[in-house]
Amino acid sequence: MFDVIIIGAGVNGAFVAYRLAKYQLNVLVIEKESDVANETSGANSAIIHSGYDPNPNTLKAKLNVIGNRLYDDICHDLDVEFKRIGSITIACNEEEIAVLDNLTKNAIHNKVPFTILDEHQVREIEPFVTTKAKKALFAPTSGIINPFELCVGLMENAMDNGVKLHLEEEVKHIVNLEKGYQVITNKETYQAKIVVNAAGVFADEINNMVNPHQEKIIPRKGEYMVFDHFTEPYVTHTLFSVPTSRGKGVLVTPSTHGNYLIGPSSIFVGEKDDESTSKETLNEVIEQAYRLVDKIPMNHLIRQFAGLRAYHESNDFVINQPIPGFINLLGMQSPGLASAPATSLEVEAMVKEQLDLVDKENYQKTRRPLYRLNKKTLAERSKLIKQNPQFANMICRCEQISEGEIVDAIHRNCGARTVKGVKKRVRPGFGKCQGGFCEPLVMKILARELNIDMNDVRFNNKGSYILKNKTKGEHDDTL
Amino acid sequence: MMIHYDLVVIGGGSAGLAAAISAYDQGIRKIIILEKDPYLGGILLQCIHNGFGLHQFKTEMSGPEYAEKYIEELKTRAIEYRTTAMVLKITPELEVHYSNANDGYQIIKAKAIICATGCSERTRGAISIPGDRVAGVMTAGQAQRYLNIEGYMVGKKVFILGSGDIGLIMARRMVLEGAEVLGVAEIMPYSNGLNRNIVQCLQDYHIPLYLHHTVKKIIGKERVEKIILGEVDDNFQFIPGHDKEFVIDTLLLSVGLIPSNPLLENIGIAIHPKTKGPIVDESLQTSIPGIFACGNGLHVHDLVDFVSGEGERAGIFASRYIKGELQAKQENLILEAKNGISYIMPSKINLNHVDQVLLSFRVAKPYLNVYLKVSLNGKEIKKIKKLYLLPAEMESLVLNKDILQAGTLTLEVLDA
Repeated sequence: MFDVIIIGAGVNGAFVAYRLAKYQLNVLVIEKESDVANETSGANSAIIHSGYDPNPNTLKAKLNVIGNRLYDDICHDLDVEFKRIGSITIACNEEEIAVLDNLTKNAIHNKVPFTILDEHQVREIEPFVTTKAKKALFAPTSGIINPFELCVGLMENAMDNGVKLHLEEEVKHIVNLEKGYQVITNKETYQAKIVVNAAGVFADEINNMVNPHQEKIIPRKGEYMVFDHFTEPYVTHTLFSVPTSRGKGVLVTPSTHGNYLIGPSSIFVGEKDDESTSKETLNEVIEQAYRLVDKIPMNHLIRQFAGLRAYHESNDFVINQPIPGFINLLGMQSPGLASAPATSLEVEAMVKEQLDLVDKENYQKTRRPLYRLNKKTLAERSKLIKQNPQFANMICRCEQISEGEIVDAIHRNCGARTVKGVKKRVRPGFGKCQGGFCEPLVMKILARELNIDMNDVRFNNKGSYILKNKTKGEHDDTL
Repeated sequence: MMIHYDLVVIGGGSAGLAAAISAYDQGIRKIIILEKDPYLGGILLQCIHNGFGLHQFKTEMSGPEYAEKYIEELKTRAIEYRTTAMVLKITPELEVHYSNANDGYQIIKAKAIICATGCSERTRGAISIPGDRVAGVMTAGQAQRYLNIEGYMVGKKVFILGSGDIGLIMARRMVLEGAEVLGVAEIMPYSNGLNRNIVQCLQDYHIPLYLHHTVKKIIGKERVEKIILGEVDDNFQFIPGHDKEFVIDTLLLSVGLIPSNPLLENIGIAIHPKTKGPIVDESLQTSIPGIFACGNGLHVHDLVDFVSGEGERAGIFASRYIKGELQAKQENLILEAKNGISYIMPSKINLNHVDQVLLSFRVAKPYLNVYLKVSLNGKEIKKIKKLYLLPAEMESLVLNKDILQAGTLTLEVLDA
């Protein structure tokens, strides 16, 4: 019997696990993907919004503002890359200025710190803003985060404190028992006193298994472009455009890795696994980005991706408990990431109403820091190499990642099991060669450390094999 | 902590090996090669097909055989090398930082550096192929490495996008290992590979080449399941109703090679907008004195023989630099690519340093029966008849110093 079963290991599932790990509770997280942060939480703008955007008096506004404030301490404890670089929302004409003025009213109402900049001031703090910019709203508390590191860090810390994580396991049925719930997956049947539905775009399906009040989540796709880091200066803030008749607007931002991100589009799609990109949409994204900057570094383009956001008909977050012990997190679209520290506190409070929350005695507040060789001094680096020569064996040329860092990422709690898992944790494959040089080396390390054959190392979920068969010695055509 | 060498060669592939050997033969004694892979030879070791060495050795060899010739030569000389040693950083003061399990994090102070870091393949992301993000889409060179070095096939039903030479070579190689290669598509109206590869790798194996076609969409859930191939018009716009669908498990990309120079770019060395390699002068010296470049890291070559030749020249010039025989940078002849010429290497020349000038260049599109016109300060000094000029082939031209003088040298294609 589990005290709590959390369905979904995206940022909300991971955050709830992290919150509940403090207490003497038996907690299980069930995730159908091969890794945490494998869907929405791993494919978004990676912005910790300041909170001026949501309409006042919505749950989004409340949780965004609280969530934003909580990030410094959490990222410090979990060693997660997070930088408050500030956002600049830009208006270029009368229509856009009118929208900006409305956003300014939201900012005042939501108690978000901001400054209004004129056309000269905005270029002073951000020289790469378009010369067409007339007025701007600067929000200094807006930040950028490494969303993979955040989710892995939260789950790793939860697991360090005893939470269990089952990957590649899909919830098929939920039965409301007299006391608690029966959760039936494709692998096993569990019982839990409380079920937390953090299934993102699939949260309606989980709700509809047990709640007579049927819900509907519509996936909204956002497509992005990623640019490599380069030496010439470029934008140092997150730039937003305002929604107008010219389009919804997109953002241009540096990432915590020193890359640049442009996007997203926003299109409702029918399929919950449609993460494809299209030429037309990305052309539209580029066009929208020119409302923010006059120069887009197209020669440094390295990748396109798409993520799905969970839209609920209320267009707000829905955190409810339709049946005692069954907690829903519905419609956690943007600013879901920024709000997650606060969202999880709401869930914790709901759990507290039903279970005795007793502090764990040996609770570990922090997780063991990552090695981050790139940021070490020469002396620190040499010391690490003396302890373990794997830190001198460089695997990824583009991002300069050592074998030691990859091995560490595999053997931690919530460790990497796939090529994508390694990439999300320590970045080989993120650079210009997109894994062309390092992928075979990463596969060898995964095979060796997990004691499996190279053939069985996958890119991501089941079916995403990289190698078909050995040419010598064995022939296996059954794959 | 800091150790000293006369010459550090970054990269132990075809360019680096040739550069180190020639510098040694010029009398430079304290030389070290730093190679990121566990072996010398570079990408040649995965090129197990033949066709190497026709110019350098007047015989046809496989890639590993060609590399072995140079490695044997290297080992008869007292040239040091480290393998599994990745260079992380170089500085304008000619410090080379590298990391290796035996030596740890090491800094070398050099009198000269030759960058022979090779090139990388353009990826799906660089050319924005739309569709699902699935496994089974990789560069042809990556599949070549899995097959020829690691001994694994990446798939059984293969389509190849791009008619670059690695793609053509891999089409044949995959067929020989039992895969079905459904076709090769090229967005241009002509192939980007050498003609001999079109004949020997595609035609001999009845693999169709779809010119003016490209992949419109990649479809699959976890692994690629099919692609939509579209035909384009002269403006590279898709022609409606001309789509073809291929059921595949692997899409290989051979859509271009880009010189790989993060070490140079990070210290602000000027990069040529066309070649994407550093801008160099006649001595293959970059914008920072003492830092030289050669091979596919400088500009992408068609044949390894020419890479070796360029490596030898880099070794000679770096030696002269170390000995103090190269004067401070004083280029007085600027080279200009005009009508039909994609680029000329080098970009500028100090006529005091050379007796004759070797120019390497490529054309922007295929030409038949044309003239190459060389002009100096607007006056024609040479006109050469060419039966054909192809973008896939690197051309070269030697000019004697007696017909040259300071100013601007222009190269262009003239219709006959």
